[in-house]
Amino acid sequence: MSNSVINWFKYASPSSFYPLAGRLIPYFSLAAVLLMALGLWLGLFVAPTDAQQSEGYRIIFVHVPASWMSMFIYCVMAFWSALGLAFNTRLSGMMTAALAPTGALFAFLSLWTGALWGKPMWGAWWVWDARLTSQLILFFLYLGFIALQSAIDDPRRADRAGALLALVGVVNVPIIYFSVQWWNTLHQGASVSLTKAPSMAHIMLLGMLIMALGFWAYTIAMALKRVRCIILERELTSEWIKRNALD
Amino acid sequence: MMTSGFITALRRDLLLAARHKSEWLTALFFFVMVTNLLPLGVGPDAALLRKIAPGVLWIGALLSTLLGLQRLFASDYADGTLEQMALSPTSLSWLVAGKMFTHWLVCGLPVVLMAPLLGVQFDLPSRSLGLLTLSLLLGTPILSAVGSVGAALTLGVRSSGALLSLLILPLYIPALIFGAGAVEADLAGISPQGHLSLLGALLLVSVFFSPWITAVALRIALE
Repeated sequence: MSNSVINWFKYASPSSFYPLAGRLIPYFSLAAVLLMALGLWLGLFVAPTDAQQSEGYRIIFVHVPASWMSMFIYCVMAFWSALGLAFNTRLSGMMTAALAPTGALFAFLSLWTGALWGKPMWGAWWVWDARLTSQLILFFLYLGFIALQSAIDDPRRADRAGALLALVGVVNVPIIYFSVQWWNTLHQGASVSLTKAPSMAHIMLLGMLIMALGFWAYTIAMALKRVRCIILERELTSEWIKRNALD
Repeated sequence: MMTSGFITALRRDLLLAARHKSEWLTALFFFVMVTNLLPLGVGPDAALLRKIAPGVLWIGALLSTLLGLQRLFASDYADGTLEQMALSPTSLSWLVAGKMFTHWLVCGLPVVLMAPLLGVQFDLPSRSLGLLTLSLLLGTPILSAVGSVGAALTLGVRSSGALLSLLILPLYIPALIFGAGAVEADLAGISPQGHLSLLGALLLVSVFFSPWITAVALRIALE
């Protein structure tokens, strides 16, 4: 009987997840390098020059996937947080903590590339557009999460407090997004519209999707790497590490 | 009775506030100072001041709320009262709700009552003064409610004051937008009804969920 039931919690224990993560990292790292190289090649060399924005638009191949990832990673963090609070699994908190720096990195990257793109296109590094503003706030939420986790010494408390903050944050993200959007329309009308040309060449979409997949693989590899460090840090005194991990 | 914890916490914290007047008076004076410094920074141009008044008064309210929030649970945590509250048979959420409501009475309400006076300094028309007071009346409880979650999460951690503002200020953005937006819309000749309705919705949601989430956060801090 017990053999027919999948043990969902097998890899919820750090001691069994640690070697699994170690085995997966090379595959995801390789996938990240290959996919990003392919995506950049498609984006920089194959995709046609845009009629309105000429070559400057090519930053889209980093900008849009980075924005997607920054939003997606926050949702993944909230997912692990909910799981951690519901089942009291230690690994969930570690995963959340491991994902946060990568999420913050992508949020920053998205803002930075956005500024680089905005300067030649609209003539300004920064405009108070709804999407830019809410992306900036998302970046602040990441920073708040990381700051809270690093301010609490007890790792269990840090995990649980961080999990609660991530859940409160994920509920607030849509509220913030829509309020910022409304604020924006009230204040400055539709003077700056970020809406792209409706017909995007298939090759451009493909390049963006492949870059996004590459960022996914990068995120997974980084999170696994980081979670292994966190496991080592926290479980250094436990028996299984002395036996296996430090060979 | 379930609400007895609410009334007990309310009575106790009001008594404490009455005996330590400087604590909440500081927050009020901070609000007055910040809003009065701004014209000194941007110049006495009446048209400009009228335009920025709703935003300035609202940001002043946000910042002065933060001052009081740091002390919301800190002293009870330091002397062990909070632990006794968590262990008591009365629901912790109701106790927290009582403390939150006191925080609003002590830090939020004075700001609401002071705002029309400061609005006059910014040359707001009388209709907007009433609207500003109304928007702050709806909005400041949101600040207390959302802020108490942050206060509970940062309880007893290093540099909790700075951390609290980093955690909480991004979550205040919707209240700021709709609160200041209501007055700005009115100044621009648009009906402020939509803003006020959304502010009311935010108020209901945050007041309903916040005591519960704060209680969870407090239990995490007390573990």
